[in-house]
Amino acid sequence: MRNAFAEEITSLGIADSRIVLLSGDIGNKLFDRFKAHNESRFYNCGVAEANMMSMAAGLGLSGLRPVVYTITPFTTTRCYEQIRVDVCYHRAPVVIVGTGAGLSYAELGPTHHSCEDLAILRLLPEMTVLAPCDAVELRLALRAALRQDGPVYMRIGKKGEPILHATEPDFAIGRAITLRNGADLCLIATGTIMSVVLAAADRLAAAGLSVRVESFPTVKPLDRSRLDEVFASFPLLGVVEEHGLAGGLGGSIAEWLARRADFKGRLVTFGTPDEFMHEVGSQDYARQRFGLSSENIAATMLRHWRAR
Amino acid sequence: MTLALIMEATAHLHNEDTTERLTELARQIRGRIIETSHRTGTPHLGSCLSCVDILVALYFQHLAIDPTNPRAADRDRFILSKGHAAPALFQILAMRGFYSEAMLASYGEDGSVFAEHPPTPAHLPGIEAATGSLGHGLPMGLGMALAGRIQGMNYRVFAVVSDGECNEGSIWEAALFAAAQKLERVAVIVDFNKWQATGRSRDVMALDPLAEKWRSFGWSVCEIDGHDMRQLLAALARVPDGSGKPIAIIAHTVKGKGVSFMEDDNNWHYRIPTAEEVLSAKRELGLLP
Repeated sequence: MRNAFAEEITSLGIADSRIVLLSGDIGNKLFDRFKAHNESRFYNCGVAEANMMSMAAGLGLSGLRPVVYTITPFTTTRCYEQIRVDVCYHRAPVVIVGTGAGLSYAELGPTHHSCEDLAILRLLPEMTVLAPCDAVELRLALRAALRQDGPVYMRIGKKGEPILHATEPDFAIGRAITLRNGADLCLIATGTIMSVVLAAADRLAAAGLSVRVESFPTVKPLDRSRLDEVFASFPLLGVVEEHGLAGGLGGSIAEWLARRADFKGRLVTFGTPDEFMHEVGSQDYARQRFGLSSENIAATMLRHWRAR
Repeated sequence: MTLALIMEATAHLHNEDTTERLTELARQIRGRIIETSHRTGTPHLGSCLSCVDILVALYFQHLAIDPTNPRAADRDRFILSKGHAAPALFQILAMRGFYSEAMLASYGEDGSVFAEHPPTPAHLPGIEAATGSLGHGLPMGLGMALAGRIQGMNYRVFAVVSDGECNEGSIWEAALFAAAQKLERVAVIVDFNKWQATGRSRDVMALDPLAEKWRSFGWSVCEIDGHDMRQLLAALARVPDGSGKPIAIIAHTVKGKGVSFMEDDNNWHYRIPTAEEVLSAKRELGLLP
């Protein structure tokens, strides 16, 4: 996914001389092409993320389109106040990219995990929050983010994530994308966990259930009209994210749902619990540890389906 | 270059009339700030009075700005990184014509744009950054300076920080980055009044030797009396100074400067003057007989 990001930002940077790429001392080789084409618009800002984020705001307030790139915790929790005050309060057009979102860097330990970013970023006024599910959505999301007038946060994976969209879907910030149609129940997901969700849908199909799958590349603003539609149509809906159960996509849908008296659809959320992971393991191991496996998602949905 | 040489080299930029005019303006602004603090109950008087001369030198002589076109792309940028001195900046921007002085009447009222810290540029002409949380203004200024370089413009960026603000790690992150990128059109002016909110700045954190710190971080440093208009104008005229380094002006100041009973008394970080104190302050400033 980060290779797709590097390719896309390079071609966007060639086409738009306002784009400035700020990196927090990572991805040097990754951005060689960007640098070759746009030498004066790439800055390795060192391991100094607070300064990097404030500078991005300053660049954005001066007519440019800064894109800030580093590992997710360091572009979010590390410099949260700079995002809140300098980027959001000023409504500066800054695109903040966090690579290695969720449990992508499971083996690096909780310092490099990121299961709070969607929650804390969506709390900020003016902020748009994106989590594309594959390289296709990523390219579309990045283009759309750079067309926005205000701040955007986008969490992306690392490398090797499967391509889930066979063709380019219609993409707009704030709009969900239907990946599969189905009649019995609905699975909603954001970000790269989508590949697991599609496998869960396959398992449910094998059990005789027809499953609709919705991709929510935009966590904020929520696609309320799509939620209206699916909560009116399905008795059982699962929301899956590689993120804490508190405050992410599932949390925001639960907030939305709690204000609605007219829907009887049952909401089941999948995400990481209120704890740090102290064991080491691969991303797959970490996902399974927190129930983010196709087996668990399918079995849980089936149990709720039968009990409804 | 020594300060004496700088002053000689830049003598043509100012004369006695200029410094007298600026000193007179600073006196009047001190009076307005003290009155407003009393009227509206706004604190940080000591912090405002220590940087008035710096702001006057910038706004009434040095900055390339046009109040009738406050967003001109090639304007010099000024950021009050120590945002709690906003009461001083608000008076100065009104006097420079960025907005009407009548607008200032709403200061401290419900619904006013004049908070105790600067609002965003979208909400008040003349403001470049909404500061108030310390350690943000200088890094934002570096972004503006980079933008100028990228876009081939020659504007300069000035940021006033407080000595207490130099506790913030982000100030030193910015110091490292600006030196690495040779952002020679950036100047930080440290309003070095030797106090922070609750104690001597050299005791709370090991701030001394402050000029040496900036120098060792790769900045071109000069130390001046931050209340001496000639020294201020001479130091500002060095931006950029041809060294390829960003400029740090360590302005030695007195907290509460201009009013004997406020000078170097840190109670005036938060204290609000009484009506009687306003009168004696104005008498001392020569604003009342």
